[in-house]
Amino acid sequence: MLLLLKGENMASPFDASATAFPSRRSILKTAGVGAASLAGIPFLAACTGGSAPSATGTDSGGLTFGSGSSDDVPKRAYQAVTDAFTAKTGRKVTTNTVPHNDFQNKINSYLQGSPDDTFTWFAGYRMQYYAEKGLLAPIDDVWETIGANYSDALKKASTGPDGKLYFVPNYNYPWGFFYRKSLWAEKGYEVPETFDALKTLAAKMQGDGIIPIGFADKDGWPAMGTFDYINMRLNGYQFHVDLSAHKESWDQQKVSAVFDTWSALLPFQDPGALGQTWQDAAKSLEAKKTGMYLLGSFVTQQFTDAAVLADIDFFAFPEIAMEGRDAVEAPIDGLLLSKKGGENKAARDFMAYLGTPEAQDAYAAVDASNIATAKGTDTSKFSPLNKKCAETIADAKYISQFFDRDALPAMANNVMIPALQSFIKDGKMDVKNLEAQAKTLYAAQ
Amino acid sequence: MSTTPARTVRTGRIQAASAQRTGSRPKRHYGMHIFLLVMAVMWLIPLGWSLYTALRPVASTNEHGYFSFAGDFNFDNFVQAWTQGGFATYFWNSVIITVPAVLLTLFLASLMAFAVSRVSWKFNVTLLIMFTAGNLLPPQVLAAPLFEMAKHFEVPYSFSDSGNMLNTYIIVIAVNTAFQMGFCTFVLSNYMKALSADLTEAALVDGAGIWRQYREIIMPLCRPAFAALGTLQVIFIYNDYFWPLIFIQSGNRLPITTAINNLQGEFLSNYNLLAAGAVITVIPTLVIYLLLQRQFVAGLTLGSSKG
Amino acid sequence: MSSTAQELIPPEAQEPGGGRIGRTRGGRVRRLTGRDKVVLSLMVGIPTLIELALVWLPTLMSIGLSFTRWNGLDLADIRPAGTENYQYITQDYPPFWPAVQHNLMWLLFLALIATPLGLLLAVLLDQNIRGSKIYQSIFFAPVMLSLALIGIIWQLFYQRDNGLLNFILGTAGTPQAVDWFGDSSVNIWAAMIAATWRHAGYVMLLYLAGLKGVDPSLREAASIDGANAYQTFFRVVFPAMRPINIVIVVITIIESLRAFDVVYVINRGTNGLEMLSALVIQNLVGEGQVIGVGSALAVVLLVISLVPIVFYLSRTFGKENRA
Repeated sequence: MLLLLKGENMASPFDASATAFPSRRSILKTAGVGAASLAGIPFLAACTGGSAPSATGTDSGGLTFGSGSSDDVPKRAYQAVTDAFTAKTGRKVTTNTVPHNDFQNKINSYLQGSPDDTFTWFAGYRMQYYAEKGLLAPIDDVWETIGANYSDALKKASTGPDGKLYFVPNYNYPWGFFYRKSLWAEKGYEVPETFDALKTLAAKMQGDGIIPIGFADKDGWPAMGTFDYINMRLNGYQFHVDLSAHKESWDQQKVSAVFDTWSALLPFQDPGALGQTWQDAAKSLEAKKTGMYLLGSFVTQQFTDAAVLADIDFFAFPEIAMEGRDAVEAPIDGLLLSKKGGENKAARDFMAYLGTPEAQDAYAAVDASNIATAKGTDTSKFSPLNKKCAETIADAKYISQFFDRDALPAMANNVMIPALQSFIKDGKMDVKNLEAQAKTLYAAQ
Repeated sequence: MSTTPARTVRTGRIQAASAQRTGSRPKRHYGMHIFLLVMAVMWLIPLGWSLYTALRPVASTNEHGYFSFAGDFNFDNFVQAWTQGGFATYFWNSVIITVPAVLLTLFLASLMAFAVSRVSWKFNVTLLIMFTAGNLLPPQVLAAPLFEMAKHFEVPYSFSDSGNMLNTYIIVIAVNTAFQMGFCTFVLSNYMKALSADLTEAALVDGAGIWRQYREIIMPLCRPAFAALGTLQVIFIYNDYFWPLIFIQSGNRLPITTAINNLQGEFLSNYNLLAAGAVITVIPTLVIYLLLQRQFVAGLTLGSSKG
Repeated sequence: MSSTAQELIPPEAQEPGGGRIGRTRGGRVRRLTGRDKVVLSLMVGIPTLIELALVWLPTLMSIGLSFTRWNGLDLADIRPAGTENYQYITQDYPPFWPAVQHNLMWLLFLALIATPLGLLLAVLLDQNIRGSKIYQSIFFAPVMLSLALIGIIWQLFYQRDNGLLNFILGTAGTPQAVDWFGDSSVNIWAAMIAATWRHAGYVMLLYLAGLKGVDPSLREAASIDGANAYQTFFRVVFPAMRPINIVIVVITIIESLRAFDVVYVINRGTNGLEMLSALVIQNLVGEGQVIGVGSALAVVLLVISLVPIVFYLSRTFGKENRA
């Protein structure tokens, strides 16, 4: 109890009182640093000078490269490309890798702030939008050297709204249902050709205690793949394009039908979707906890075990109402040149380099989950899965990008992501509200 | 509320009396201890679990599960997280932002506090209200205009590689300073008001100007307040997540607090590495806490207006 | 607390030595030389300019932008929009009302659970029991951590398959396992508990200081009057801590409006964790940049936060204004 008696005098760390300054003397003894350092006003000048970011490689013959390919495999693949470029030209590439989702989410402020000279991005409206806003540099001169390496369709996909070229395609990848052959053989599952067959198969899997369809939508965008496919299978490719551009309205029967159809599939999709990323869902597929998984072929990047990789196959989204399976969702990834990077010759050289079979082979040597876009790339090392992916894209009559690449960024991010997430939650979709939001947002641009 | 000796004695007597009362009811005493013990254990769990996870190699947890005692324990995750995560850069960025911001904040706040507390003029209270209210605003309210202002503040490329104030440490320092200045002004002005007016009166008789009064009389007396506020501000600005998120675009210029979110993407599905990263990030704050606990606590309670 | 500081100041200090600028008083000579005036105006001017330029000007600009349509890129593209943005957020923007509701829940949770818990801890620890300091250090430690870091630390605890909580509940790895941060029916609660971890320690600290500041003779008087411990606390001690109570009310409200870092780290404030502050940021700096809508959300946030700010300021400065 002696301790208690001394209570008020003891400089307990917690006896600070709001009314008078606590234990003034003890503090006086220990510090004063703050006040002392204040004396030096010149320091302020020193710190502003010192914190100015150093100018980047523009003058030293090198370039900076911003990459949103942050997962291990694609990160190493781009590393291989930049290394090959440096070995060939002697120009240094400084790569800034940002986690995939953050890179996309911050693209606006990135481009307005200090973008790298060249950076990874996507074809589609999502490229044209930033070209239109004057945040990108056109690269028609680069295309003069690499144009022969690409098909007309890819050239068109690289063109901005002003008719100038902005984009250099690197690879694309088809979206489809991926599955493990061994599991399917063991259980006797058959590839479904129609939507009804898909539902029957899913019900069977559920009976076998497997989550039929792997699903992950914590990041918001993956669910758009399901939406796009059902939409294209029900209403056709052109409707997808017009809806994305808001030339078709959202509050029509055709759109409601997409969600009605989807709600038949919802009970078969992983109920934990909203809490997991596609990488988590890929792990579940690998572990045979899920029967199939609708995603782009990049899902195979996660299968580091060669035996698992060899056990992977995929099938196209089944037929529902029209156009059979002619439309394939196969987004194109590649490089853009920022407005600032437009003044850097080395950055243009790097983009031209990426448009060659040589560079794309260097990429594919590390990341075999995607299909190179340039003509003349080495297909001799293609696995059966690679071949199938390439053929699927080659045979497709219509190639869509992806909802978030075909639509206005604000529509995709601010409207569709929360709307799809709540649809996954309760199976309800208010298409009138989608239309109301679309009207405001498209008008605001 | 200066503590006079008489007061201390009285207080001590009463506390002793109340302690005896409590002591005569052992049941309640036990209940209280058990409650506190349970709460303390619960309070330690999140950090303890992070540390435990971080100490185990991913191979161990893959084999035995995270909820187990089997397998190896070592610091490999810390080493890997440190090198792979680029912590050295992030920590250095935190220093570059925090140190100037804290010093500037204290310096400017002391000027303002001196003016409003030691010199009486018409707008004293108005200004003080403006400063205090500014500190209470949610930062998100100012974010977009500040971003646009930074973007349109053009500077040569040799100064900033964005050609404007975006992606520079300076804008983060400036905004942090402006935001924290209100709080510090409020606290310091209260502190200065409590200093006797005779101090400056005497100086006036000696013919000391305003600057000398500030520099040679008031400033030295405010040292304890600076120590407390300085510690507090170091923690506040070090822990600031928001402003770098808005202004800094290059990942390698982020301070540690904002960068840890990127680690989530980088250490995807490797919770051991993520845990190690989290523990590494905790360490500097805990060190400051242990060394300067008293100043920090004093600062918090002194100006408990801070949200 | 400022009121107390006010009382501490000797009467002559209430009219401090400087006197009004340039005024002579009581037969004394002019106190402020021209140089002093320059110095003083710099002392006031520089911080005031910074505060105005970087805090209040942007606040006004937010209000202005909320009545426009703008994609944030070219200043020439700004178009007037009247109140369209406000109509949009209140009528067409689905996350808006959930966000308001979540902010409110956050406030109620902090006010009814976290703050009383902090108060309880403070009252218990104020009795100088054995190990009091250690307890205080433990409860206070989370206050030192950034909310972003708290989000990550709790993620490790809440994770569905590998998190400690599900192991303790015995559901880890089973289909019953709850994804605490991913399941929109529980994640707001999980996040609020994580926030409590920090908030309660903060409140405890402030109340500990407050309890020490209560005049002990009050308790003595109460116990002489035969009041029991509860009566003494609620009728005497608690009301005596009024200045601290005001501060804590304000902190609790402001914290609930600012609850940004935690939800942003968890899932950017989507899927059950919608918060006004996170919605503001999604609309302002996310890929879908719509400045007008984001600013309208910011103004709503501003208006709501003005309530506690005005409350606090009137309590704190009311006396001085009258003086």
